[in-house]
Amino acid sequence: MRRQILELVSRRDLLYMIAWREIKIRYKQSVMGFLWAILLPAIIVIAGIFVRYGMSALSGKPPSPQDIAGVTVKALVWAFFAGALRFSSTSLIANPNLVTKIYVPREIFPLASILSQLLDFGVASVLTVIVFAVTGLGASWQLLWVPLLVMITVALVTGWALIISAACLFYRDVKYLVEVVITFAIFVTPVFYNVQMFKKWANLLLLNPLAPVIEGLEKCVVYRTMPSLPWVSYSGIFALVSLVAGFYLFKKWEPAFAESI
Amino acid sequence: MAMTDTVLRVANVSKKFVKGEIHDSLRDLIPSAVARLLGRSRAKTSSTKEFWALREVSFELKRGEAFGIIGSNGAGKSTILKLITGIMKPTMGRIDVNGRLSALIEVGAGFHPDLTGRENIYLNGTILGMKRAEIDRKFDAIVEFSGLRDFIDTPVKRYSTGMYARLGFSVAAHVDPDILIVDEVLSVGDVVFQNRCLERMNSILRSGATVIFVSHNLRAIVELCPRSILLEAGEIVASGPSHEVMNNYLERSGAQGRRSTSRDISISQVKVRGSRLDGGTFDSGEKIWVDVEVECVAEGEPFSVVLFVNDDRQYEAFHTSTEYLGYPPVSMKPGERFTCTFEMDLNLAGGTFYLGILLYRFDAEKILDRLFPAATIFVNSRPEVRGVVNPHPRVTTFGLVQKVESTNEVITG
Repeated sequence: MRRQILELVSRRDLLYMIAWREIKIRYKQSVMGFLWAILLPAIIVIAGIFVRYGMSALSGKPPSPQDIAGVTVKALVWAFFAGALRFSSTSLIANPNLVTKIYVPREIFPLASILSQLLDFGVASVLTVIVFAVTGLGASWQLLWVPLLVMITVALVTGWALIISAACLFYRDVKYLVEVVITFAIFVTPVFYNVQMFKKWANLLLLNPLAPVIEGLEKCVVYRTMPSLPWVSYSGIFALVSLVAGFYLFKKWEPAFAESI
Repeated sequence: MAMTDTVLRVANVSKKFVKGEIHDSLRDLIPSAVARLLGRSRAKTSSTKEFWALREVSFELKRGEAFGIIGSNGAGKSTILKLITGIMKPTMGRIDVNGRLSALIEVGAGFHPDLTGRENIYLNGTILGMKRAEIDRKFDAIVEFSGLRDFIDTPVKRYSTGMYARLGFSVAAHVDPDILIVDEVLSVGDVVFQNRCLERMNSILRSGATVIFVSHNLRAIVELCPRSILLEAGEIVASGPSHEVMNNYLERSGAQGRRSTSRDISISQVKVRGSRLDGGTFDSGEKIWVDVEVECVAEGEPFSVVLFVNDDRQYEAFHTSTEYLGYPPVSMKPGERFTCTFEMDLNLAGGTFYLGILLYRFDAEKILDRLFPAATIFVNSRPEVRGVVNPHPRVTTFGLVQKVESTNEVITG
């Protein structure tokens, strides 16, 4: 595994290049260009705000600016997670030539998809930060949690993407399954709601390894409080295990890729 | 670590493929997995559909060596290359690669049609293992080599197939690999570009790299690679000096090609006679006779006899026919025999030549029977000429000429 990691590190230029290609193609082919990067997150954010207004209409009290800011942060993270998983899962089958005709470390393809999604996430985040700054949401030292929480998200999605992209290569219909799961996963992930709303069921929802991260981000960005350490550790360990397992399994299956695609 | 001259070691490598029923969707997999769990297994699917693409292949390459792999389609050439490059893993055996490896298996495989030539150079360069800084440095040389400077900012989807391949080869040829693998790339591009490719491969060789060359262009293999192996049905059936391996290959495929298209008329005997009696060896310029005998089983089409001679790189030295020499097509009836004798001066340079005979119907452009190589001709020659033909050249003037006092004139020797 050490050798494989070293190989990947030595080919990092290729990783950037493939990620850059994905971004370039996406922007070249669409009239909207760079807007694409914020369109999808924006749709999810708007949907989240609608849901929040709906919920407040039921409970009778209008949503606070913090509610809106919270759902924005969560929707952004979710948009990145879902986008990264969606694009990386088809990244191998989208490059049959590079899988069967040339040797490159194949994990580069799912990783590059995640990297290009990370860039979109970065662009959207910068815009959000500007909006927050203008509306006077303010900053605090708790923001230092953000890099860690984002890293956990990236590790989590990478581990899963490695396994799913290989599964998509071996079994054609896995990609439809992935679409369905992503579509419905938003109901079991606290994006449009907070886990506290579910009282005693809250812990059950937090078992979803993405949930503590998303909740934590909302806490440290919007409410300027520390995320729940035990739950963040749980997510961190879950992500690390996913990453190692994903890489190990991917490398184990890799020799069969060229014959199976 | 001990310094070693061996850059590639392929040891007892075998590769098995499983043909037929492979579950490539969950929809297929789940029912069959359930069936297996319930004991209604169809287990006998596996062994019958196995297929060995390579069996026990071993060879070693030293630094700076050029090595050819010859074989007909399906012999396992592409499979061995894919194993060496690491695209696939061998089922059994070991492959050790010592150094940076670059493969021209399919040039331009990493190109994206929507990106420009410039962008694709960077993309393809990194795919082939270069760093960005390295491509920056070589960019001009790559563009220069491809001859596509005017189109470098055009998306490659607007390129012709030839331009596409040229750009692909140009990038790949600048990787500076320790081992370069070349598969069939020379079949694309015009003659000028093909020659440039061969030249480039030669210069890569001179720089000390190792080249593995797979091609249907036997002449290119013989020119570039001193040593070759011949693969047949996944096994090495011959190895050694390239021209010997190639002749072996041609004899094998010739034996298969012996089957005439119509069995009605067939070449029954071909004999080459010289003035001396030791068969097969002749002096350059000697008069020789080639006797051809044809048998007829059932009434067939009218034909002419074509005689051709190839050199040891399988380039045709010449061909002639009874038609060219003014004789009408022959029509035969069952049970008849036909003979003809060609007489000629063997004005060939020293070397090995192969003689073949065709029964050919010129008006329908149809081969009725083919025998190649019908005979092998060794030509002795003092080294008065090198090449294919020996026109028996002589020097008639030889001496110094007085130098002309002029600055503008160039005197060629």
